Amino acid sequence: MFNEVIFLIFRRMRVPLIILVLSYAISIVGFTLIPGQDDQGNPWHMDFFHAFYFVSFMGSTIGFGEIPYPFTDAQRYWTIFTIYLTVIAWLYGIGTLISLIQEPAFRRAITHARFVHSVRRLREPFFLVCGYGDTGEHLVRVMVDRHHQAVVVDIDPQRIDHLEISQLPMDVPGLAADAADPTILDDAGLRHPACKGVVALTNDDSANLHIALAGRLLAPDERIIVRAESREAVANLHSFGIHDVINPYDSFAEWLAMAIHSPSLYLIHDWMIGLYRRPLTDLLQPPKGLWIVCGYGRFGKAVYENLRREGVEVVVVDAFPDRNRVPEGTIVGRGTEAKTLQEAGIGQAVGIVAGTNDDADNLSIILTARELKPEIFTVARQNRSRNGALFDSVLSPERGGRHGLLDLVMQPAEMMAQKVVALMMSPMLVRFLAHARQQDNEWANVLVSRIIDVTGEEEHPITWRIKITPEGAPALYEMLSEGRQVLLDDLEHDPRYREKRLHVVPLMIERPGEGDLILPEMDEPLRLGDRILFAGLPEAHGSMALLVHNYSALEYVITGIERPDGVVWRWVDAWRNRKGRERAGT
Amino acid sequence: MNLEKVVFAFFIVLALTLNFGFFIGDIDDPVQHHAYELFAALVISIIATILKVGDRSHMGAVLLATSLVADLQLIVAAMIWGYVVYVSGEGLTPGNMSSIVSMSGGALVANITSVVLLVVETVSVRR
Repeated sequence: MFNEVIFLIFRRMRVPLIILVLSYAISIVGFTLIPGQDDQGNPWHMDFFHAFYFVSFMGSTIGFGEIPYPFTDAQRYWTIFTIYLTVIAWLYGIGTLISLIQEPAFRRAITHARFVHSVRRLREPFFLVCGYGDTGEHLVRVMVDRHHQAVVVDIDPQRIDHLEISQLPMDVPGLAADAADPTILDDAGLRHPACKGVVALTNDDSANLHIALAGRLLAPDERIIVRAESREAVANLHSFGIHDVINPYDSFAEWLAMAIHSPSLYLIHDWMIGLYRRPLTDLLQPPKGLWIVCGYGRFGKAVYENLRREGVEVVVVDAFPDRNRVPEGTIVGRGTEAKTLQEAGIGQAVGIVAGTNDDADNLSIILTARELKPEIFTVARQNRSRNGALFDSVLSPERGGRHGLLDLVMQPAEMMAQKVVALMMSPMLVRFLAHARQQDNEWANVLVSRIIDVTGEEEHPITWRIKITPEGAPALYEMLSEGRQVLLDDLEHDPRYREKRLHVVPLMIERPGEGDLILPEMDEPLRLGDRILFAGLPEAHGSMALLVHNYSALEYVITGIERPDGVVWRWVDAWRNRKGRERAGT
Repeated sequence: MNLEKVVFAFFIVLALTLNFGFFIGDIDDPVQHHAYELFAALVISIIATILKVGDRSHMGAVLLATSLVADLQLIVAAMIWGYVVYVSGEGLTPGNMSSIVSMSGGALVANITSVVLLVVETVSVRR
């Protein structure tokens, strides 16, 4: 890529360089042809050596004078001509070079070359993020916070500038270019050995499709996560084998429907894949009954459909009923005026969703609704992350706000980012949550109380995965290979003191060839190749990592026998045991 | 017909012919090798080099390399000339002259390679 810059320079510099060479050649030949006089007055012809010497210092306007002998008038006449010739040739050459450096195309080539260089130098695994809007920004910030490298491509140079000045704690290479172009993706590291996957988050379905296609064909082993708005795009992506497709409107609506359907399930989601940690006991309970949805764009539609699927009665308020093809019984209006909300039946309603694409309208709807009916449950959609402070201030005091007018803020960009992070970091957790969605609120309540039992009410559970492979859990793998039985329960003891249990909840076992076991029983025997998903506190994660890596520790928690470490102590131990047996034998 | 190709081929062939003109003659006889011819060969060779720079094809790279070799040989020949006449003061003895001419002979080989490559490329394009 750097070559390209060099080539560009030389191509543009061809004409100035040739003019410079020619003007020098003409000047030099002229001096050798014009007769002069030496110090004795004899006719003398300048030779190439002296002519080149003279032209060299004259052309660069250093000027050592007339050497080796004072010039004749004919020579001076030629000198006047050559001074202007060479100076102009130099000015033209230098001027071209400077304008070349200032040219946007050249600068782009340089920044591109730098970007490619910094991507090529990456050694740690990274994800390629295409599209740096609100969602991309959330995503990159979360990734960097968790020490994951990202590479960003966005078509808008302003957003890349924004990335550069956002002072992330890690260096995130960014390029302003069209990510739908496969060569750009290649430059951004699509086929880099450390590239783990591609995330297509642009606001253009067709660009996302191109990115996904390039990823699928050029780097078939990588994870591909795509944002898609239209149903056709989703179907298209499925058709070539990409299943990690996220629809920003649906994901919002699904969350809201889940919160109404089963608050505990919502809480589990929030704990496990939420980007920002909220207090554990903070259980939202959106009421069941009549809901008002303001705004029936793509967003409002998704909310409407999802709420209806949960069996919730919904009244829609929309300002443009013709354009949006609203359902029957829709109230026309923006929802910011008391009159419209009263028409919509706010007296009977239990909740209201302010889902227009205008943040000011959404806040206004919430304020009006609360004025009319102080106990109504309020949900607002936040469109722009820069308005975060406004929305936070109207939340209730225990959720970090002041006015206590708003129960739930839903920010589509944040939710998208959250889903992407979950898919990226822990696909197994995403599968578990999908299983969990099939369950009822009762099941979720039990799980929530089990998790609170082990973590306490203050702390947040984290989730992790144990793979029973020679790399993932060497000690456990070795023990199982010896044909010994290890139960799931055995992993839940403290390797320092086996009577103490670790604070963990096993969520799922993924067994190759057999599918998934959700919330497995304690006496489940483990097998080679299992992957186990746990939730618990970070300390428990550390202890469990020790357990599966250290044979002695595992032996200790299973049998209670402390096997000595090191060759010498093992030998001593074996000798002692033999002695003991001999004594017993006699 | 492409004017760029004409100019390009013109300079490459001219570099060869001028080089040949300087090289031909008894190797140690200063009378048969004129300084103007060497100068012209050198200038044209440098221009041919500049024309070749910036071509990204493989053929372009090889042409550039041969041209750089020719430049190098001719510059060394000119430097030997200047050195023996003005610095060491030996003048153009048969020995010195033959070093200069043999350097230009090397450049001639490089220039021939350039022209051969040019012909090969032209034939293979067939347009």
